[in-house]
Amino acid sequence: MTGINKKAQQRSVEIISNKKVGAYHHIVFAVGDMATFAKPGNFVAISVGGSNSSMILRRAFAIYRSNDRGQYGGTIELVVAPHGQGSKWLTGLHIHDHVDMVGPLGVSFGIPTEPVNALLVGGGYGSAPLFGLAEVLKERGCRVDMILGASVAGKIYAPLEGKRSVNSLTVTTEDGSTGSKGKVTDVMPELIKKYNSEIVYSCGPMPMLAAVDNLAEQFGLMHQCAVEESMACGIGVCMTCVLPVKDEHGVIKMTRSCIDGPVMDGSKVVWNSNRQIPEGTWGA
Amino acid sequence: MIESSNFDMRVKFGHKQFDSPVFTASGCAGSGKELSQFFSLTELGAVVTKSIALKPRSGRATPRMAETPSGMLNSIGLQGPGIDQFLEDDIPWLVKNQARVIVSISGQTVDDYASLARRLRVVPGLSGIEVNISCPNVENRGLVFACDPVASREVIEAVRRNIGGELPIIAKLSPDVTDIVEIAGEVIGAGADGLALINTLLGMVIDIDKQRPKLAGKTGGLSGPAIRPVAVRAIYQVHAAFKNTPILGMGGVTSGKDALEMIFAGASAVSIGTANFGNPTAAIKVKKEIRELLIERGFNSISEAVGVAHNE
Repeated sequence: MTGINKKAQQRSVEIISNKKVGAYHHIVFAVGDMATFAKPGNFVAISVGGSNSSMILRRAFAIYRSNDRGQYGGTIELVVAPHGQGSKWLTGLHIHDHVDMVGPLGVSFGIPTEPVNALLVGGGYGSAPLFGLAEVLKERGCRVDMILGASVAGKIYAPLEGKRSVNSLTVTTEDGSTGSKGKVTDVMPELIKKYNSEIVYSCGPMPMLAAVDNLAEQFGLMHQCAVEESMACGIGVCMTCVLPVKDEHGVIKMTRSCIDGPVMDGSKVVWNSNRQIPEGTWGA
Repeated sequence: MIESSNFDMRVKFGHKQFDSPVFTASGCAGSGKELSQFFSLTELGAVVTKSIALKPRSGRATPRMAETPSGMLNSIGLQGPGIDQFLEDDIPWLVKNQARVIVSISGQTVDDYASLARRLRVVPGLSGIEVNISCPNVENRGLVFACDPVASREVIEAVRRNIGGELPIIAKLSPDVTDIVEIAGEVIGAGADGLALINTLLGMVIDIDKQRPKLAGKTGGLSGPAIRPVAVRAIYQVHAAFKNTPILGMGGVTSGKDALEMIFAGASAVSIGTANFGNPTAAIKVKKEIRELLIERGFNSISEAVGVAHNE
């Protein structure tokens, strides 16, 4: 799957809820029919800082959930970590404040046509889009097992309503403050065997995705991952969010994660930790 | 006050007339398709394409971007498919969708520019050539032609010889020079019909946690509202010296007010660059506001307003 998300629209949307949950904020926006087109894995891009802001670039957020027929009409929910200036501004907004949102953007997770055993692996707030995905997979009759990892307990995002859509949830933290001590990849092999997983979906920091892809390959499983590259526009015009990906002919190209992703086939991504242009890349 | 519908928005570069004074800046509008889902490209004066080279270019490693106060650094490194695929994919799509097209070209040698011009000469549907002699994101900064009057002249002469007399040539200049008026004089003398002012300024951001430059390419081009006063100054200086050469003004234009500063300084039209990233419909907003603001100030046309800041 590749290309421009033709359903994308730009509109001023109203915040109808903003709650702190652990290390994150859960924010709900009334977005009208933008919600109808949002699928798990899609993201939105939001202007931050208000009209006289010195922050000129949009911030991209994976959609946590969308609902096209709620009390407020269509809604989109995000889980935001107040890390930088822009996300701090966003998490500081109040109910009835408006923001300029563009969405839904990007390629969504591919859903199997037949029921399969799916293993969902999330890191930090990277778990957010996986809960919406779990709901869709469940509706299709899939078995859904989930692993969530973070550095500390407060950075695990696993809301109650989300847990209902998974058959099992395994939590890992690097300091052992909740769940088992270690990384998601420490428990992954055992769970793949135990639940007879057939496909892996992942979302989180790039080093985690690379490690998950390595295991998926060892077990011969398909792996769809939502990559995380910093973006300036989110709509495919700035060419900053690129990463090396093999095309259908096996040629490595610097590929935009906003338009040809964020969801990508893990086996096509050239995982390189030194972040150089890999040898043999088209045009290198 | 005149009716909005009678206000004359037309601008001219060389032999070509454009219906709108708002263009998209090179490298800031993708292939055109990406913005076309938000507005019709026929609203623009023209789409100025990403700068295209003879061969495919992977561009630079990431990180390629750093946000700065009211601006950003980019270090893309002219990523692109090369002229062959560009002519096969991008141009036919733009022409079919009735967008006016100015092709931006970039080379490493004078011969590269000459070859690109020869290729483009026979392509139907084009409205101009922007000669990018000022991209700061190249390995060898010595290759920035626009920093050297002789090299600037040679490139434009080569393009003029190979493109013929029909398509206007717009030379894109760098503000990172001692005297931009001197460079402008050289490229006008060599046959440029218009000037694109300004390209990005060379900048750097240091990541204080990693204690290293934030961009993989170390340096990047600074753009956005932060550089607007530099652009207005460059436009003002060049227009003062060369009143008859139309200028495509750019550098942080986000609103109609920003565009008016450039038009009053001497720009005949403006390009929207970095503002597209923050607002996909920025070009439409700027176009609407230019019209409103100029009508409010009693102008009947864009051309009446060009360079009025120079009046005694």
